[in-house]
Amino acid sequence: MTAREDELEKQFAQWRHYVQRRKELRTADVDELEDHLRGCVDELVEAGLTADEAFLVAVKRMGSLDELSREFAREHSDRLWKQLVLTGDTGGSETDRRSRLDLWVMCVCAVGAAVSVKVPELFGVKWQGNIEFYAANFSLFALPWLAAYLGWRRRLNSVLIAILVALFAIGAVAANVYPVAETSQAVVISAIHLPIALWFVVGLAYVATDWRSSRRRMDFVRFTGEWFVYLVLIALGGGVLVAFVSGTFAAIGIAPYTFISQWLVPCGVMGAIVVAGWLVEAKQSVVENIAPVLTRLFTPLFTAVLLAFLVAVVWTSAGINIERNALILFNLLLVVVLGLLLYSLSARDPLTPPGLFDRLQLALVVSALAIDVLVLVEITGRITEFGTTPNRIVALGENVVLLVNLAWSAWLLARFVLRRTPFAALEQWQTGYLPVYAAWAWIVVFVLPPLFNYA
Amino acid sequence: MKVAKDLVAASATPMVLGILAEGESYGYAILRRISELSGGELDWTEGLLYPLLHRLERLGYVEASWQAAVGERRRKYYRITDQGLAELAEQRRQWDTVAQALKKLGGTGVLAVMPLEGPA
Repeated sequence: MTAREDELEKQFAQWRHYVQRRKELRTADVDELEDHLRGCVDELVEAGLTADEAFLVAVKRMGSLDELSREFAREHSDRLWKQLVLTGDTGGSETDRRSRLDLWVMCVCAVGAAVSVKVPELFGVKWQGNIEFYAANFSLFALPWLAAYLGWRRRLNSVLIAILVALFAIGAVAANVYPVAETSQAVVISAIHLPIALWFVVGLAYVATDWRSSRRRMDFVRFTGEWFVYLVLIALGGGVLVAFVSGTFAAIGIAPYTFISQWLVPCGVMGAIVVAGWLVEAKQSVVENIAPVLTRLFTPLFTAVLLAFLVAVVWTSAGINIERNALILFNLLLVVVLGLLLYSLSARDPLTPPGLFDRLQLALVVSALAIDVLVLVEITGRITEFGTTPNRIVALGENVVLLVNLAWSAWLLARFVLRRTPFAALEQWQTGYLPVYAAWAWIVVFVLPPLFNYA
Repeated sequence: MKVAKDLVAASATPMVLGILAEGESYGYAILRRISELSGGELDWTEGLLYPLLHRLERLGYVEASWQAAVGERRRKYYRITDQGLAELAEQRRQWDTVAQALKKLGGTGVLAVMPLEGPA
């Protein structure tokens, strides 16, 4: 290829890159238009122009891209409703092949997760009578498959794969090998914390080699939120499916309740965990994210509830009566607040100046902080009065972990609202703090049981 | 003389179907053929042609396929279908009706000097 042709190809590539950004135009359309442009250039070159001149004239003749896109949009208005192409019959380019392969890998992983949940039955561990076993292990059935799918997409190197496998193995050991008394609180604590600990392993598969990057960690936060939204949507659809299966078959005298409770629901849930992850990955460039929108809706509502609660506490001057259930409720509440905070941060354009919503968020964080302090005072009181139990230590640790995050977030948010700190500081604080949650979840699962003699 | 924009738009479908009735073709060649047929008087843009081709494909009047002839680029070719041929015949009839009506106005004013024929 001569240098001149080379130069021309570069110009075509540039033009292509520019045109492809138009969302009204599909790859096949860009191919077609490029062919048109090339036809035009060829003709002009034949007429005696140099390649450079021909390219300029041809592009000029094609007219304004805005106008072209507008015409395409008029014919293909459906494209502005961005759609997820699953059939992959759009011309067979490299990306399409890749996304079809992606679909297959996802299916394999989803089926793998669905089958995993039935494997224990082969060894005689039935659903009935082994609720503790399934409660302790359910995250181990699906999350390794989700991590495997993400790992395949990221083309992980063998070192990282080995680390992931090792972490899942440690999780399995903690959940099953520890000689924990069946009635002990440790069973419940582990059932709650193992999924969290393993979710961060999934996170490691997600961020892959970029685990130091703050942006990548924020991506994982976004992924988590979207994944949850999709999972809920799939669960809703699954509920409808179950209702129809049980209703229609019951109408013809077959009672499919064993099938539903032992196959459809458990396998469906496990598969859905992988499918939801795939949906986020496949759709991230296609559809606007929904989790941040929900966050925007619920931040004012949660702020109102927290403030009302604080006012009521002061008004009645009643302390919080902490029983086990209430304790979990308050912890959950704080986690939800943290989720709202994380999500609105992840969806925010870092360059926008502070506005009303940021002040609202500051109010939310400060009221959560006040509640956290109230709860902490109560727990410390109980520990000094009745001694330590695994439950109380876990609650104490969690509240301290949250307190530190909320306190520093409030400080950074306040400074941001006063325009003393850039938004990036807040973002970096949150992404930098993520390993702390992971570390705490792993400590709870792996270190606490031996510490309390598996009581 | 350039043909008015409205008239170009209205005649676009029978023009394209007529050209494809001569044999399968691709975007750039169709545009050149139109220019050739009209002596350069019909001013078509890519923004008119390609969305129109896609619409005709959606309606089933033409079929498209990517082909790579020997020594040529991969290219999207369009071929008229039976349904497209029927549509072309129908549109021809309509154009003839309009042309006939205009012709009958022959003696009255400017239209008299315009040589009116059915569209290609």
